[in-house]
Amino acid sequence: MEERIIIAGFGGQGVMAIGQILTYAGMIENRHVSWLPSYGPEMRGGTANCGVIISDEPVGSPVVVNATAAIVMNKPSLDKFEPTVEKGGKLFINSSLIDQKSQREDIEVYYIPANEVANELGNARVANMVMLGAYLEVTKIVDLESIIEGFKKVFGEKGDKLLPINKEALKKGAEVVREQMKAMV
Amino acid sequence: MAKVLMKGNEAIGAAAIKAGCKYFFGYPITPQSELPEYMARELPKVGGVFLQAESEIAAINMVYGAAGAGARVMTSSSSPGISLKQEGISYLAGAELPCLIVNIMRGGPGLGGIQPSQTDYFQATRGGGNGDYRLVVLAPANIQELADLVIEGFDIADQYRNPVMILGDGMIGQMMEPVEFKVPKKRELPEKDWATTGTLGKRKPNIINSLYLAAEELEEHNKKLQAKYDEIRRKEVKVESYNIEDADVVIAAYGTTSRIVRTAIAKLEREGYKVGLIRPITLWPYPYDEFNKINDNCKGVLTVEMNAGQMVDDVKIAVEGRFPVYFYGRTGGMVPTPDEIVGKVKEIYGGEK
Repeated sequence: MEERIIIAGFGGQGVMAIGQILTYAGMIENRHVSWLPSYGPEMRGGTANCGVIISDEPVGSPVVVNATAAIVMNKPSLDKFEPTVEKGGKLFINSSLIDQKSQREDIEVYYIPANEVANELGNARVANMVMLGAYLEVTKIVDLESIIEGFKKVFGEKGDKLLPINKEALKKGAEVVREQMKAMV
Repeated sequence: MAKVLMKGNEAIGAAAIKAGCKYFFGYPITPQSELPEYMARELPKVGGVFLQAESEIAAINMVYGAAGAGARVMTSSSSPGISLKQEGISYLAGAELPCLIVNIMRGGPGLGGIQPSQTDYFQATRGGGNGDYRLVVLAPANIQELADLVIEGFDIADQYRNPVMILGDGMIGQMMEPVEFKVPKKRELPEKDWATTGTLGKRKPNIINSLYLAAEELEEHNKKLQAKYDEIRRKEVKVESYNIEDADVVIAAYGTTSRIVRTAIAKLEREGYKVGLIRPITLWPYPYDEFNKINDNCKGVLTVEMNAGQMVDDVKIAVEGRFPVYFYGRTGGMVPTPDEIVGKVKEIYGGEK
């Protein structure tokens, strides 16, 4: 089993961070993992993305070409990575910032109003964790406890006081997507 | 120590400190700047010195000075910056000074770009500076191997009194993987009785120099260097092979490209193709002998690189005309995809499995 995930959005939306948390969680569960960021002459408001691989075998190419899943946080990311998702794969769209539907009919698409959910929780910056929560609920790639451990590794001590709201964001993301999963059946 | 998730650039720094490196001289350049950043943060904590020099040329000459005084020292840069260091590297080799030089390659020539590349293979293995000298060149494919080779690289440098280069690319510098910093197998290292550490009036001064004006003396010095390089060729070759006794096509690739090749090989195997891999870990000394183990029925050897075909020369030397040699590469910071490599292998098969 190999999960290849693209996570993409604006710089500042926390796409690198949730990629790292997910990678850490995979490592904690003794899977083979890699995290590869886009790097370049990026600017504020530009696009950022990372590719995460979680596998039962040693990771070959760390470049995600045929993604099993993609989490897109803004419209340019949807345009760029919608075609990257392989047939039967999963696409998670931040519908708060993307008012467009996916054109793909051969993949599972979930629409998560991540910014609205985050704002309701009182911190717009946890929109990324809402998306991650939805992704985990659908894919069950790693356990939630491993994600919490991963969060602690990535943010260290300064993450302690932010942990409760981030946990809440993961939970809300899962709830939102559960409704959609019911509707899809 | 347990496994941690680390960027390649930071893992180099952590491994170097683990190896006892106390001095880092460098100048920032993408895509390796996380390494000097890490050293700036961490070296003072272990009583070391991080110094951002005014230029790459200054940095490599600071390495010369610290190495001459017997310190474990390193520098790092990326392609155009490594070009600037070449004079100093030749001097280090000439004066037989141990040090670790890290090149996290980006596309060239000139200032080029900042995306991953392997375009400095010639420069690293043939010598970018003047004179008959060699660097030991290590090409890690994952972050664990990167950390291990940094630690061992310092020992190799000290054992042979020779600069050692870690040759990676932007991908391995930027990516994160789990890594564990293992205590390396200790080598028997000679005393640095040649270092300029002060005589205390008890011995003649040691002199660090690469200037020999008498031709006879310089030839003797060169003979000594060549004998050392021969010993390194005999003792320090590192290579990993996969399925070359049985393969119809063997791919030669190093560093991160070898991982993309691994993914391509797995795809090809699912379709019934028999494909092997030779992955040089030392690019100098090159694992020429490994190619002798390829079975006689092999249809050809395909070299895959992120350049226009540089290692392919060494592959041709290694196969000595036994097999046709093919090449596939991308340049400018473009990364080959597994499917492109699959296509090339099928082309060599000529449509028949």
